[in-house]
Amino acid sequence: MHSTEVPIFDIQPSSAWRLLDTRELWRYRELIYFLAWRDIKVRYKQTAIGIAWAVLQPVAMMAAFTLFFGRLAGVATDGIPYPLFALSALLPWQMFSRAVTESANSLVTDQRLITRVYFPRIIVPIATIIAALADFVIASGLLFILMVAYGVPFHWGVLWLVPFIILMLVTVLGVGFWLSALNVEYRDVAHTVPFLNQFWFFITPVVYSATLVPPEWRALYGLNPMVGVVEGFRWALFDSGASPGAITLVSTCVAFGLFASGIIWFRRRERTFVDAMGSGGR
Amino acid sequence: MDFAIDANDLGKRYAIGELQKYKALRDTLTNAAYAPFRTVARMFNGHQSSNSGERNSIWAVKNVSFQVKPGEIVALVGRNGAGKSTLLRILSRVTEPTHGHARIRGRIGSLLEVGTGFHPELTGRENVYLNGAILGMTKAEVHRKFDRIVSFAELEKFIDTPVKFYSTGMYIRLAFAVAAHLEPEILLVDEVLAVGDGAFQQKCLTRIRELTDQGTTTVFVSHNMHHVGALATRGIYLRGGSVFRDGDATEVIQLYFDDALRSANAASTADIADASGDNHLVFEVNASNRQGTAELDPGEDLLVSITYRSLPPPEQVHFNVSIWTEQGLLVTSADSRFTTRSGFPASGDGVVRCVFPTLPLATGRYLLKAYILSGDAALASFGWDDGRACTFVIKPKLADVLTDFVWYPTQSDYGLVRVPFKWSSDYDC
Repeated sequence: MHSTEVPIFDIQPSSAWRLLDTRELWRYRELIYFLAWRDIKVRYKQTAIGIAWAVLQPVAMMAAFTLFFGRLAGVATDGIPYPLFALSALLPWQMFSRAVTESANSLVTDQRLITRVYFPRIIVPIATIIAALADFVIASGLLFILMVAYGVPFHWGVLWLVPFIILMLVTVLGVGFWLSALNVEYRDVAHTVPFLNQFWFFITPVVYSATLVPPEWRALYGLNPMVGVVEGFRWALFDSGASPGAITLVSTCVAFGLFASGIIWFRRRERTFVDAMGSGGR
Repeated sequence: MDFAIDANDLGKRYAIGELQKYKALRDTLTNAAYAPFRTVARMFNGHQSSNSGERNSIWAVKNVSFQVKPGEIVALVGRNGAGKSTLLRILSRVTEPTHGHARIRGRIGSLLEVGTGFHPELTGRENVYLNGAILGMTKAEVHRKFDRIVSFAELEKFIDTPVKFYSTGMYIRLAFAVAAHLEPEILLVDEVLAVGDGAFQQKCLTRIRELTDQGTTTVFVSHNMHHVGALATRGIYLRGGSVFRDGDATEVIQLYFDDALRSANAASTADIADASGDNHLVFEVNASNRQGTAELDPGEDLLVSITYRSLPPPEQVHFNVSIWTEQGLLVTSADSRFTTRSGFPASGDGVVRCVFPTLPLATGRYLLKAYILSGDAALASFGWDDGRACTFVIKPKLADVLTDFVWYPTQSDYGLVRVPFKWSSDYDC
């Protein structure tokens, strides 16, 4: 009627092990965009300073860290000015922290939607992570301004940021898939997330340098994929600290492992989301 | 022939335990300590393949097969809990069937609720785009139809106001306007026609007819048999999750009512009290004239009594009784919210009564529905959709030829309501 090609949908119990249907995701790209857009809009809608929060938060954290860890505690920074040292790690860290918190709750927050309309469920955590990316981009602008102010010379090595941003996204998506799917059935997850965030913060080299960790332990340290991300960011931006090595390799393997297993788990549990949610409430 | 919808032996099983809202991780961990392998297996499989599944589960939909031709309008009819909504959810792919297979040819537009995904903080304009995307429209499509959507909703002035400032009526108008501009090949509609006023419902019905003229196939659920009769060409009557009758809409409506009335007589008060631990319950509704019989002469007083149980919260409840024709048309309703502001105390078991003095209805059989209400929420209901019914009959009567009312016509011949009238002429006799 409206198009020459009539789509055919087969409805039946799906097989247990499914990977990502990327073609279907592509068809739903506009919905991903609109859900992310909604999250960004709503987040700053009723705030007085709006999107400036995206700048204010990392600046406040950076200031506090610079005073206490940089000045008072005198943490070694491999020669980078402490504010830059902190901010370069705060960028991926805050992205991680926000994305994990919001994606963990995403399916439950949108259960009204999920129980009433069909769409690939995995786009819900993906959209929240894209929304979190907006803050990351704004805070990145701040970092580059600061780098110019501190007179950090430009070098093409900065392009190495790209693979580390991808590593960050893979990590965040992997954790997001796991937590959002688990939270549908076990609301304990939502209570665990603040604690998880705090714990993860201390095992990630945000306020200190990964070089504090003895070399023989570094590979083990890299099991936390955010270690690889943060160290990669610093190395790409300032060409300092440990160059990519064992940490990066281990972190990359863990990140992709989380990502793949997250998809499998999510797709596996997806089939029972709606049943677990009931009618989804009013 | 290519069917628009071809369903074969669809079934959906729910574990009864799933009715509890969500599980605590603690329980799973405790189980894991006792039976580690089984628990891990179950976490991966969900509830579907656990051994105890068959025993602690119910089939909300079972052995359902039917075909729908392109352009047909099919109504799903049945009591509450008969599986209508579950079937609609399966067809719209919101939930997967446990068993069986269905093939759907065409773009599916499902309307299980109006305004799904509306966000109160966003403006009307923003919500139109968001809701459009959720219902499956492309951005370009919404953009193209935007002006038509806004004028359909009659909200030109408020389109850039956040919808949290909208009245309920405005909200529903906008939500429906978006849905009405969806042009799917297959339209699946749940009880959304129940919201809104008469004019709004009429708009919905007109729009569904328009879509049908363009070739859209529609499957809808409605408790309003009047809508079913007016819209559908075919009815599928679901009972206990299975297809009980599939046929001509008028025939199916008649069967559904007959069935509801017959089974209603079989259910006793004790059964109902046993079956439910609810705090709010309508045991029985009784309709009669002053002499205590359910066969009234035209113009007699109708006495309705509701035997109920109501335990707080809330402290105060209201009642609503409505009179319906056998074709499912609402004749009138008596709502205590309009007459007694404070309501009735919810203090255990009791009886409330409502009188309709000199009931001016035409000859025929009528059905009653009753609700216990608090605010806008129904706490308990009694009606054919719940498998219970109360009826009364207005008997035909030939009156004295010299009075104003010579005889009392039947519903179908002369309308539902008897109003006084008097003829005169310019020529004096």
